[in-house]
Amino acid sequence: MEIFTLVVLLLDATLRVATPLILAALGGLFSERAGVVDIGLEGKMLGAAFAAAATASVTGSAWLGLCMGIGVSMTLAMIHAFACVTHRGDHVVSGVAINILVAGLTVTLGIAWFERGGQTPDLYNPDPYTGIELPGTAVTTEDAIRMVVDADPDDRLRTPRQVEQAIAGGDVEMAAQVEALTREPTPVIGWILGGVQDFANGFVDFVREERFTGITLPLADTVAHVPVIGLIYSELISGHNILVYFALLAVPITAWVVYRSRFGLRLRAVGENPAAVDTAGISVTWMRYKALMITGFLCGIAGTYLSTAHNASFVRDMTAGKGFLALAALIFAKWRPIPVLLACLLFGFLEAIEARLQGTPINLLGLTFTIPVQFIQALPYILTVVLLAGFIGKAIAPKAIGTPYVKER
Amino acid sequence: MNKIIGTAAVTAILAAGPALAQEDFIPAVVFDMGGKFDRSFNEGIYNGIERFREETGIEYLEFEVTNEAQREQALRRMVRNGASQIIAVGFGQAPAVEVIAAENPDVNFTIIDSVVDLPNVRSVIFKEQEGSFLVGMIAAMRSETGAVGFVGGMDIPLIRAFGCGFEQGARHVDPEVEVYQNMTGTTPAAWNDPSRGAELARSQFDRGADVVFAAAGGTGLGVYQAAADSGQFAIGVDSNQNFLHPGTMLTSMLKRVDVAAYNAFQDALNEEWEPGVLNLGLAESGVGWALDEFNEDLVTDDMRAAVAEAEEMIVSGELEVVDYRAANACTY
Repeated sequence: MEIFTLVVLLLDATLRVATPLILAALGGLFSERAGVVDIGLEGKMLGAAFAAAATASVTGSAWLGLCMGIGVSMTLAMIHAFACVTHRGDHVVSGVAINILVAGLTVTLGIAWFERGGQTPDLYNPDPYTGIELPGTAVTTEDAIRMVVDADPDDRLRTPRQVEQAIAGGDVEMAAQVEALTREPTPVIGWILGGVQDFANGFVDFVREERFTGITLPLADTVAHVPVIGLIYSELISGHNILVYFALLAVPITAWVVYRSRFGLRLRAVGENPAAVDTAGISVTWMRYKALMITGFLCGIAGTYLSTAHNASFVRDMTAGKGFLALAALIFAKWRPIPVLLACLLFGFLEAIEARLQGTPINLLGLTFTIPVQFIQALPYILTVVLLAGFIGKAIAPKAIGTPYVKER
Repeated sequence: MNKIIGTAAVTAILAAGPALAQEDFIPAVVFDMGGKFDRSFNEGIYNGIERFREETGIEYLEFEVTNEAQREQALRRMVRNGASQIIAVGFGQAPAVEVIAAENPDVNFTIIDSVVDLPNVRSVIFKEQEGSFLVGMIAAMRSETGAVGFVGGMDIPLIRAFGCGFEQGARHVDPEVEVYQNMTGTTPAAWNDPSRGAELARSQFDRGADVVFAAAGGTGLGVYQAAADSGQFAIGVDSNQNFLHPGTMLTSMLKRVDVAAYNAFQDALNEEWEPGVLNLGLAESGVGWALDEFNEDLVTDDMRAAVAEAEEMIVSGELEVVDYRAANACTY
């Protein structure tokens, strides 16, 4: 494969891997900017991942799963706030407690409810909806094949691929069946109605999906053959699920909220000098609660992404340290939104490249060798240390971070 | 008449025999990380001992290890609870079994997937390379791109043996075939990281593979999901996993851990249990590949014939599959 395609596919993987990191790190940004250390990002994500997958599998709706994921994550954030802000507990202890609580609770509830050793049932999306049919529209070979699969009396055919293979293998009867179902669109009217029909069916799919799947952006298939731009648009920009786009959108929104809004000014002030905020007549406690609600919201989406978009079920401990990696990215980025995006993309890129470098023989100066797995896996951490120590400079945390605010009496 | 009475008496004695043995026979099992419902290795064991429970009505003690420090503790607790036959699942338990078995010479242990050389331990290991060889052949025959992939869990010689056997099988069919191999990680967490499994599988699809074989416990579920999402083929491992994604699950490489577990309990019940090393391969039906209603359309008659032929050659010794563990290298 040519190098350009490889790079595009690599960046595509980077986006998929970086999405939960971006969301969680932005969540951490709100909390830490308000002066609350949040080591419980991992726990909140894990809790949300479980809640989302469990809800989606029971109700059949990824959207309800998302709501439940956010709900659970925000509840955990509020427990953290109650312990650290209201009762001035130690932030790290509370965060670790949440992580441990969730790690155990998700598996226990999972075993009790689904009896699969802590996993939730797999989420399957129903076949693409084709219930809306308008007259005069085109029926492509692809559609026809699907109809043949649906109409199969013995239920022997399970995938379109089987039909394609049967036709390729010389099954004349099958080919005729498909041929009979194919239809050319009526000019003009058929084209317009075809567009309406695709949109309507697509919308139904979008609403009733059990799992968040990739959205093909308009024209993605049409321009796919255009050199360079076509590939970038169809592979890299199009085809992600809605949560990926939300994560990317959340970065400028966060930047605007933190730096340009009144709320953001107060948020930063609460983290730097809560006494001053208090003097101005603003409740430090309420500000911190609000910040943690946003943290919970964003971590909830991150967790939902893991179990209902990137994967199709909850597996115990499936966050696998992503919450801590997000925290590292936050510090790496010195608690600023745009650098957070870049740090998360860098970590995502390293993970994506690791999957591709592993086991691939590299030819350097006439020597052919493969890079050891261990080295590649340590790369993100080595790079963090080297970059942080050598190039990025000192990361200065918000001044009031980790200290409970006590009003002077 | 006498005959009938005689038969009845024999039946009564037979019925009483196990009943007497049952009194002091308490079987126990300690599952490995991944849990008994990983739909793979541990679940195979679970299926075997469930069959034993259903057939004999004897309940067993069980424990699911959730972190490495628990292994020794779990085994010790089983001994304290009076277990007389303990199955330790997974190579990771070998050090714990060595300690506990030496401390309790009266208790019998069966370890699956590793060898512990003690007089009260039966070690059951498998010739994974032989089963992997067969699915490697199926993969290479199914592949249209001439490239197939392998995703392993934790990077250990055992998992390398799967990958090595797979590679040999694929090359046996087509010496030119490209075989990509990826390992998920170097810690036990690599058994439970479906996100990473999915990414590794996608990276192999991106490089042109169209069949991917996963030997990675819970991580494998992510691999199979990625295959289903991308419309490529995947091959399951340990248990029959064909049902997971009908249409894209090409087959599963079977490791009959269920039989090994069932036999350990059954032998102990019949007082036929013996220590030593059991190395189960194709000849002993310890490994194989799965063909059922979910994949019968995907595996053509030609493919079945070729695999059957290779199977015979391996059993007769005509064709030798190299074991990675023999020299810690995949040279053949």
